[in-house]
Amino acid sequence: MNYFDQSLSSIHKQLVNKEISAKNLTQQTLDNIKSVDNDINAFITVDDEGALKKAADVDAKGIDADNLLSGMPIAIKDNMVTKGLTTTAASKILENFKPIYDATAVDKLNKLGTITVGKTNMDEFAMGGSTENSAFKITHNPWDTTKVPGGSSGGSAAAVAAGEVIAALGSDTGGSIRQPASFNGVVGMKPTYGRVSRWGLIAFGSSLDQIGPITRNVSDNATIMNAIAGHDEHDLTSSTKEVPDFTSTLNKGVKGMKIGIPTEFMAQGLDDDIKQTVLDTAETFKKLGATVEEVSLPHTKYGVAAYYIISSSEASSNLQRFDGIRYGRRAKDVKDLEDLYVKSRSEGFGDEVKRRIMLGTFSLSAGFYDAYFKKAAQVRTLMINDFTNVFKDYDLILAPTAPTPAYGIGEDVSDPMTMYMNDVLTLPVNLAGLPGMSIPAGFSKGLPVGVQLIGRPYDELTVYQAGSAFEQETNFAKQTPKMGGNN
Amino acid sequence: MNFETTIGLEVHVELKTNSKIFSPSPVEFGDEPNSNTNVIDWGYPGVLPTTNKGVVHDGIMAGLALHAQIERHPHFDRKNYFYPDNPKAYQITQSETPIAHDGWVEIDVDGKKKKIGIAEMHIEEDAGKNSHASEYSYVDLNRQGTPLIEIVSKPDISSPDEAYAYLEQLRQVIQFTGVSDVKMEQGSMRVDVNISVRPVGQQEYGTKTELKNLNSFTYVKKGLAFEEARHQRVLMSGGKIAQETRRFDESTGQTILMRTKEGSDDYRYFPEPDLPVLNISQDWIDEIQSELPEAPAKRRERYVNELGITDYDAMVITQTKEMSDFFDKMIAAGADAKLAANYLQGDVNAYMNDNQVELQDTKITPEHLATMIKLISDGTISSKMAKKVFKAITNGEEPKKFVEDKGMVQLSDPAKLQPIVDEVVAANPQSVEDFHNGKDRVIGFLVGQIMKQTHGKANPQVINKMLKDSMSK
Repeated sequence: MNYFDQSLSSIHKQLVNKEISAKNLTQQTLDNIKSVDNDINAFITVDDEGALKKAADVDAKGIDADNLLSGMPIAIKDNMVTKGLTTTAASKILENFKPIYDATAVDKLNKLGTITVGKTNMDEFAMGGSTENSAFKITHNPWDTTKVPGGSSGGSAAAVAAGEVIAALGSDTGGSIRQPASFNGVVGMKPTYGRVSRWGLIAFGSSLDQIGPITRNVSDNATIMNAIAGHDEHDLTSSTKEVPDFTSTLNKGVKGMKIGIPTEFMAQGLDDDIKQTVLDTAETFKKLGATVEEVSLPHTKYGVAAYYIISSSEASSNLQRFDGIRYGRRAKDVKDLEDLYVKSRSEGFGDEVKRRIMLGTFSLSAGFYDAYFKKAAQVRTLMINDFTNVFKDYDLILAPTAPTPAYGIGEDVSDPMTMYMNDVLTLPVNLAGLPGMSIPAGFSKGLPVGVQLIGRPYDELTVYQAGSAFEQETNFAKQTPKMGGNN
Repeated sequence: MNFETTIGLEVHVELKTNSKIFSPSPVEFGDEPNSNTNVIDWGYPGVLPTTNKGVVHDGIMAGLALHAQIERHPHFDRKNYFYPDNPKAYQITQSETPIAHDGWVEIDVDGKKKKIGIAEMHIEEDAGKNSHASEYSYVDLNRQGTPLIEIVSKPDISSPDEAYAYLEQLRQVIQFTGVSDVKMEQGSMRVDVNISVRPVGQQEYGTKTELKNLNSFTYVKKGLAFEEARHQRVLMSGGKIAQETRRFDESTGQTILMRTKEGSDDYRYFPEPDLPVLNISQDWIDEIQSELPEAPAKRRERYVNELGITDYDAMVITQTKEMSDFFDKMIAAGADAKLAANYLQGDVNAYMNDNQVELQDTKITPEHLATMIKLISDGTISSKMAKKVFKAITNGEEPKKFVEDKGMVQLSDPAKLQPIVDEVVAANPQSVEDFHNGKDRVIGFLVGQIMKQTHGKANPQVINKMLKDSMSK
């Protein structure tokens, strides 16, 4: 089974009608991964045994006809802990780490009968935008295997784009769901901060991290969101707000909707094709009855600096627990306690992680805190105010997801600043805690290009509504890469 | 040269909540290492803390008891440092917005009253414990996440005696709120002190030294006194005090250098992003204020002014809330205040010491003890008989019933006693003669004779008077 022409509901129908069993579907999925993933490298761990066992259990209980996720094979980004299943966050420091509990988002999906076929590759601890910072492997873009899949959820996005699974979970701290979704021509939602529990997500930037779905279409995405959203008593930053049915507005269209395009997001550095894609998307929305106007988010230019200070500061603290004492890698032949810490962490972390730990440690240091961390927090407040002002008059913001389409493997890795600038369009959404979704909206030289739709806090509904209207009007989401026998 | 001393105290108090501050693990000590822990206490990947509301409640209560301002929107901060007993490599504490600030306690040193300011009081988590054997070091995380409050004094304390009085007051005030046992010997109260000395008139404070390993209030006082004298000696001889941490040696009474401090450690504090800012309503504060038990100082005032007991008695009774509550219940049950105070300090205290038990763990009830005191006051039993009755009370027996069952009622009726008095006087002419010769002591002998005859039931005061009357005729 490859999932190119499928949706959750089309597969569900086959399961309900017993055209295929969950076990059979899972076996076919595993077989497909085996053949396709040689070229893509989307998975760090594939769990044949666990997946088939779970599938057999689901078959034994019977497919739930009212539940689209019953017996559905999916993939999980490797920074969400999965009970008994190796979880590495793509870091040597957690190589062979088998957690004893499930992340809440994973647990919720499990209870609905999904089957985790494996854990997807990513930038180490989600730090990066190309999945090249994985300690284990380089993931290739299914549209052109010489290109990166984006990141940090590059494995999840590539697995969905390559038809290996129908859906995957990613996480997004500064664009890590949306940018790989754009690079791979799939749909990726970064929900409002607080919409999905972070319990069991290995923390990177705690005030920014959110888990979200990566799927082939908007409807599937909303279905997965229905499953994972909601308050969790384990996560006090998860909201107690009522969770709507995210699929309830998919057919309502955008007539009368007011959409703003931030001038600052269309400024220099943006690839011409990308700019054109956004303008074309605006035309489509107008055609569908929405108003599209230019708006301003004046503090956007400070976003990259503020983001890298805040996320790295939080990361420098969050990653201190990887000390070789209780779990994970412990260096051998150490002289004393300090040597154990230094060697375990020096051996266990990759360069990018070390770079961010140093940046964050510096930003929090006495004498620098006010000029860096505190200033960044103030900038963050200004950026939130920018969005609040726009959302007084507009229902939605339309913007490019990434400044360029997928670039070549190895192209950017040597220059961290170029790498960091790639996040300029996505990270303001994390700093403001807003919902943002990237949907396929065009192509540039054969590579997919996404645009992002940004909503008011906790208004994923409007984002899905507009995304679905656009998807129904256009054919971009139906395009598939030519690979793995798909011609 | 005259000097003045400035002392600062940082006091950690363990709150006795059922579960930990940021995890549902039980707060229990003495169990198998790491048995009272879960993934949160281990700093496992992906875990998040959740705030125990009971800890916030107790923090507010302690803050109110210290007359402090309660911060309505406090947040938590991370204090970052690596150590094996600190599994996340950061401690969740409060740095920017302590839950309470600007409080005070009043001390009394040799009759001089003084308010000692409290700069701040915050809530935080305790660390685990490391232990070392020859080949390995061990980490026990049972204590990890135990809720603490840290109380930081203002630089108002100017002598080791004041420091001692401050600690005693602080201990009492917290103990009366019931949020902690506040026992230094059990580690539920821990004290760090710093001291500086400067010539009178100098604006800036002198260089501070810190003291560790202070296991009792007395050692705090002794350690500070040693340091105070040492600082003065060094300054007098033109020397300089180095900023350092010193250890108090209990056997020599001296302080010994542990380490010098060059600059301060950088803990890279920043707001804890995993926990939302707390929202403490005025209603909640008011509610806790109304739950707050009467403070020891207030009780002492009431005992002295309304019940007429001495300052000393009032002070002893208010050592612990349990003792004070017990006393109040005895008064409510009709006991004479002075006798109640005497019994608590005498027989009750002795019983607690002999058996190494807390008052609340004995079978003695305030009602029983009050009944016994009433039996003494109305002459039903003698204080000698009361010894037996008290013993019965410690076994949980009801004193009135006990007295009746044992036929222990005291003979106080002069009509019934007169024949016995007459008989004893008649039988001891030598004693009567001695009495007339001014030897009052013979009264004791004659009382003893009457006691013998009445099997100890005669009221000694009554027969004393009757004997005197009889022999003076």
